[in-house]
Amino acid sequence: MAQFTLPKNSTINKSAGRKFPAPAGAKKVQTFKVYRWDPDTGENPRMDQYDLDMSACGPMVLDALIKIKNEIDPTLTFRRSCREGICGSCAMNIDGTNTLACIKGCDEVNGEVAIYPLPHMPVVKDLVPDMTHFYAQLASIEPWLKTDSPAPTRERLQSEEDRAKLDGLYECILCACCSTSCPSYWWNGDRYLGPAVLLQAYRYIIDSRDEATGERLDQLEDPFKLYRCHTIMNCTKTCPKGLNPAKAIAETKKMLVERRT
Amino acid sequence: MSLRSPLGRARGLGSAKDGTHHFWVQRVSAVALIPLALWFVFSVANLPGASYEQVHWWVGYPAVAVTLVLLIASALYHSMLGVQVVIEDYVGHEGMKITALLLSKFFHFAVAAASIFAVLKIALT
Repeated sequence: MAQFTLPKNSTINKSAGRKFPAPAGAKKVQTFKVYRWDPDTGENPRMDQYDLDMSACGPMVLDALIKIKNEIDPTLTFRRSCREGICGSCAMNIDGTNTLACIKGCDEVNGEVAIYPLPHMPVVKDLVPDMTHFYAQLASIEPWLKTDSPAPTRERLQSEEDRAKLDGLYECILCACCSTSCPSYWWNGDRYLGPAVLLQAYRYIIDSRDEATGERLDQLEDPFKLYRCHTIMNCTKTCPKGLNPAKAIAETKKMLVERRT
Repeated sequence: MSLRSPLGRARGLGSAKDGTHHFWVQRVSAVALIPLALWFVFSVANLPGASYEQVHWWVGYPAVAVTLVLLIASALYHSMLGVQVVIEDYVGHEGMKITALLLSKFFHFAVAAASIFAVLKIALT
């Protein structure tokens, strides 16, 4: 459901932000403004400002966040795990773009680094969004191979050409940067599956080993689940792995037209 | 407050098994509108200075009248499909959504009927 204004308790209280100045003698200072919200206090969100000495900090935004949590403010809450762009945990909105904090260099941002949680998701705390519905939507497309043929005694074979069709799809790490950058997902995320889940759906539709292609297309053929995509292309623009969810969605739409003409 | 599971909520009412027809006819009407709209703009650009009688004769000329009817039908059909998408995108409240969709459909049919009637009246009298 389209909701264009924030509820009163979600607007950022500009005067409540705390400031943590850089230590005396800092050589290279960069400012990080981080979205903070604590469900336990009942206060509105605020933007805290941390001035870091970059000569004593790792190069990536995640390094800066870890430095803040370790050395300045242990209450700062965020998800992270692999620190090399393969787990998708540290997806957040940095300098106005959804990306992974671990592969976004601090020097890629001119001046202040503004950090928010993924847009238009319910916030659990600080930079941690509630991904429950996103994961449930992924489960709803049944992201596993489905077959009716009896299981072979060895691997299910796939030609090199058919395997190549999965390139650009299997690399998706489900960080949700694309879905949360999509206005259609913002307004209708309760019913629209969003680019990440639709890319996953296409990954199984196009897999030569899967025998449920038609059933999968049946499940997607819906004005809201699939056709809320209006090729806005924010998904492709923001994907930190350089994938193209918009193309996967377009290919799905083409297959739906193909089977009725 | 609902205790429904996340998967139950994500599956919702299931697939409508529909939407491809809407997607396809929106593109078909768009393709039809390319030559029709070009023809219309080019023709109207050639009309300045024409008298009332000349324009009246032009609209009533059989090939022009038929093409005008096709243009009106495709443009309003295409517009109806587009407005439907906009309403579905932005109107969340179920009752308001149904009302807006009904009003949009009635409006487009009324405008199409009136415009086509106007062309036919000129062409057939």
